[in-house]
Formats: sequence, C-alpha cells, structure tokens
Amino acid sequence: MTDNSKLIHEAADERLKHASTLTRLLRRPELGAILGLVIVTSFFLAIANPVMFELSGIMNFMAPAAQLGILAIGASLLMVGGEFDLSVGSMVAFAGLIFAACVVTFNMPLPVAILVAFACAAAIGFLNGQLVIHTGLPSFIVTLAFLFVLRGLSLVGLKWATGGATQLRGVREAATDTPLDAFFYKLFAGDAFEGLFAWLAAHDWIAKFPNGLPKVTGVPVEIVWFVGLAIVGAILLARTRYGNWIFAAGGDPNAARNSGVPTRRVKTSLFVLTACCAALVAVLTVLDAGSTDARRGFQKEFEAIIAAVIGGCLLTGGYGSVVGAAVGAVIFGMVLIGLTYTTIDQDWYLVFLGGMLLMAVFFNNIIRKRVTGER
Amino acid sequence: MATPILEMRDIEKHFGSVVALAGVSIEIHAGEVHCLLGDNGAGKSTFIKTMAGVHRLTKGQMFLNGQPVHFTSPRQALDAGIATVYQDLAMIPLMSVTRNFFMGREPVKGIWPLRFMDMGFCDRVTREEMQRIGIDVRDPGQAVGTLSGGERQCVAISRAVYFGAKVLILDEPTSALGVRQTSMVLKYIDMVRKRGLGVVFITHNVRHAMAVGDRFTVLNRGRTLGTAARGEISADELQNLMAGGKELADLSAELGGTV
Repeated sequence: MTDNSKLIHEAADERLKHASTLTRLLRRPELGAILGLVIVTSFFLAIANPVMFELSGIMNFMAPAAQLGILAIGASLLMVGGEFDLSVGSMVAFAGLIFAACVVTFNMPLPVAILVAFACAAAIGFLNGQLVIHTGLPSFIVTLAFLFVLRGLSLVGLKWATGGATQLRGVREAATDTPLDAFFYKLFAGDAFEGLFAWLAAHDWIAKFPNGLPKVTGVPVEIVWFVGLAIVGAILLARTRYGNWIFAAGGDPNAARNSGVPTRRVKTSLFVLTACCAALVAVLTVLDAGSTDARRGFQKEFEAIIAAVIGGCLLTGGYGSVVGAAVGAVIFGMVLIGLTYTTIDQDWYLVFLGGMLLMAVFFNNIIRKRVTGER
Repeated sequence: MATPILEMRDIEKHFGSVVALAGVSIEIHAGEVHCLLGDNGAGKSTFIKTMAGVHRLTKGQMFLNGQPVHFTSPRQALDAGIATVYQDLAMIPLMSVTRNFFMGREPVKGIWPLRFMDMGFCDRVTREEMQRIGIDVRDPGQAVGTLSGGERQCVAISRAVYFGAKVLILDEPTSALGVRQTSMVLKYIDMVRKRGLGVVFITHNVRHAMAVGDRFTVLNRGRTLGTAARGEISADELQNLMAGGKELADLSAELGGTV
C-alpha cells in the first residue's frame, strides 16, 4: 500500500486547484447570455418608455423573441452536435407554404395539414442529415444549398397554389371552419391562459380597461410553446443519455463512435429536430397572420445561430446550452421591440446584432480557454 | 501452466498484396503484463487491431480462455472483455470527466419519457475510480481538457477496467508523456495487473517495457522472434531484436554507445 500512497502524493502536485464556486459559475455556457440580458434590460429600464416593462410591453417583445427562440433552441442543439443548419429560415417559408396549401388549396382538416407540414420538414431535415453524413461535406455548404433550394421552391409553389401571386391568403377562415379545426387552432394561435388573466383582472392584479376586461387577454401561444420547448430541450441536453450523445458527437465524432455512440443517428435526428422547430414556427406564424408569403423566415437562420452563439454555443460544436440560446433570443426580441420605446432609430437593431455576435464569440473563446484548460 | 486468457496462434494479416503480419503467436495470461515491442512499421498496430476485432484475420486462430473465437466487430471483442485504449484515448476534452467516463454506456433511471442519466451515481463512481488510482478529482464536473496527459491516460484505462475488461490492450500509453507522468501510468498498469487482468502493453521504449513487463514479444517486419519471460532477456538484447540486430549495434558503436 506504500506504493499507492506514494502515487497519490506524487499526483497531488500536478492535479488541479480546487474548483471554486466562481469557476463553477464561469463553466456554465449560458453565463454570457445572462450577463447580456442583464445589461440590455438595464439599458432599456434606464432610457425606454416605462410602458415597455408593463405586462403588455413584455408580451410585445416576447412574441418575436419566442418565434426566434423556437428556431434557436433547435439550432443550439444542432450546434452542440457539431453541425449547422442554414436552411431553417427558408424551411419556415417552405413549411408555411405546405401548411397553407394543405389548409386552403386542398381543404384538409387543420390537424392533418399540421402533420403534413411537420412530415415534409422532417423529411428534408433527414435528407440534410444524410447528405452531410454520407458526403462528408461540411453541413454549412449542404444546408446553404437548401437555403436557396427551399426559398426557390416556396416561390414556385406559392405561384402554383395561388395562380401567380407570392402570397396565400385565407388560412384563418379555412382553419377554423369545423369544431375540430377550431380546437387545434387554439393550440397554435391566439392567447393562452385567458381565463387566468380575466380572473387576475377581476381581482385587480393586472391592468384592465374601464369595462373590466384585462388589457392583456392572455399569453400569446407562441410564448408558451417557446418556454415549454426551452425546458424540454434543456433537460434533454443536460440530463439524458441522448444529451450526452449530442455533446459527444459534437465534441469528437470519432472518439464518440469508438465509445459506442451512434453518432450518425444522433446527428440525423438533430437535423430532423431543427427542421421540425422551423415547421412549428411556420404553423404558428401562418395562423397568426392568416396568410403565408415567400419572404417568411427571411434570414432567420442567421439570427437563430447568433442567438445560439450568444447563448454560449461554440461554432466548433461540443459545447453550448439550450437555456443560453433561449436567453439569446429574448435579448433579440427585447432590442428589436425595445428600440421602438425609445427615440433611437430602430435600424440600429442590425448594428447591435452584429456587435453582439462579435462580443459573444470573443467572450465564449476566453471562457472556454479558462475553464477547459485548453493550452 | 494455466490456460492463457487470450491466445493468438499463427496470425496472418494481408492488405492486398502487402503482408502486414506473417504468422504471429502470443499468449496473454491473467495477472501478467505482456509487452509487445517493435519499431515503427513492425506490425504492432495491425496486430492489436486484429485482437480488438477491428481487422479480420487472414489466417490463424484466436482462443479466449481456451475456446476458439472469431470477432467481426470491435463491439464483439469489447463484449468478450477485450478492451483497447488507443493513443487518441477516445476522450473528449470539452466534456466533463464523468461524461467521458460513461460516454456511450450511460446509466439511466426512470421510465421513458422521464428517463434521465443517473448523474449522482456517475459522479460518485468516477470520483471513486479516480481515487483508486491516485487521482484526486474533487470535481468530476471538470472538463477532461484540464487533466494532464498521464491523468487522461489513467482515466481511459480505469474506464476500460470499470466496464469489465479482462484483457486490456494499451497502445503506446507512455509514448507522449513526460518522465513523471510515465511513471504514474506504469504504476497504474502494475495495479491493473494485480487485479488479475491480462495486459498487453505496446511500446517501442525498452525501458518502459522492462519496468513492468512479465513477458516480452518482439515484432519485426510482421513476425515474432519468440517470447521471453522476465529475467531471460536483457534490455540490450531486446533493443537489438527490435532494430533487427546488427545495424543498431553498429550505430551504437559510432555514437559511443548511447542508443
């Protein structure tokens, strides 16, 4: 046993220092995003019209944040798995077209149309994944091709479905014409928790109009989907076997495969998941607007990736956080809508977007080097 | 003598017209370290890959506990208790020690869809296994990237041992390490042997081999020149066998006996 204790003694001077609480905190990938959220919130608290942080204002900026956030959750999981999907924005338009055409042109029941839209998106996600895996090409290039292919298909399809226009109207009317449709319509459009809000207004907990109706009738349903998905995604990544496989597949696919991780299946499923997130956004926004057009989801792929990077995802994969990406999306919504509550020109939004991306990547690199001891 | 835990008899492996292995035989016994020495290109890597089920044999036989076996995939070899720690270690620097330790074999609890990784159990096992080999991982959540090369090697070995390896194949575990880290790995190999595993230790460093080896087999140009037990052969003799004898002796004389 002397051997062993000597060994321990020898190892002692080369082991790491005890991890302090600060180091543990710094190790969280979403730290940067939460810091960003604090900064942005304080900025708007200081200069914006206080209406912004009333309940109606919060719903105002959370709705676009939720739409982007759903995409960002998919994008962040895929990025942790070591791949990109640049086609999600076009996928929103394409799935929107499929969905709207099913509802309006083919007069399908709403649940069937939703299923068809998701199935088409999943099939294209599967194709993306298989192409990336079997050609060995970077996913950046493969999905860049689909960015154009899907956008083009959406334009062609819209013209075909409408006889020449690039906008397809009348979705809301066609989607609420039977009781079954109306039931599903409630899941994907309008407000949730209306009863609760009415009750809160009746007890004077929230602002109401003179006639007793609450000023905010409920939570826009996309926010509920966003929060739900963020929770499920975060648990999936951090606490399940599949989550460990995602980290492994992104960190080093070879090492993962040698350890028995089905890397290909994991990556393909992540492409499918990302595409389904895009389809969900398509259904939500098409029902909300009552129509679809070919520019839907334009450049959303970049915003989703930026939100994921702000949330702590590394471009090289193997590290990141779903919660961080969700917070990144909230920052976006806050700035996009928040600027309208100030005297600042809203187009500064784009400048902010680029600046935030640079800062986030810079910050992520420093943190990663500190925490993982990369030399 | 007891039945060897793993026996490779007259193994041949051809890649097209190239004969990588031309009849290699070794026996691996439980509780022994069998050193496989050879220069670069001698066929060491090919040979361990046939043992690990990566390559199929062109000719020859394999016996596991006296029973003939035939592996067609690494998974089969692993399930039979033959674990290989390759030079790249199959470790992911950005992931925590725990997540690496259980990668691909994560224990879960609960019923789907509420089936989660048992992180408490994972952390506890990782900390215990690391302590057993003298590495004090106070925080199993730290990334593998923060460990030294020797520590990573030890984590990879203890992972194989924990998951029930009976034969442990180590592919040049000390080749990229400094002196102190090498001694740490060699001591751990000794501990593994004392637990009754058969260890195959691949190296081209004779001194590392002499430090822990019970038997020594030299591979040269895809052939073995026989196996010697500890005490039957000197370091110089091993070195000469590896280099094919004469040239190295000449070179050694030229350089004043320093090779």
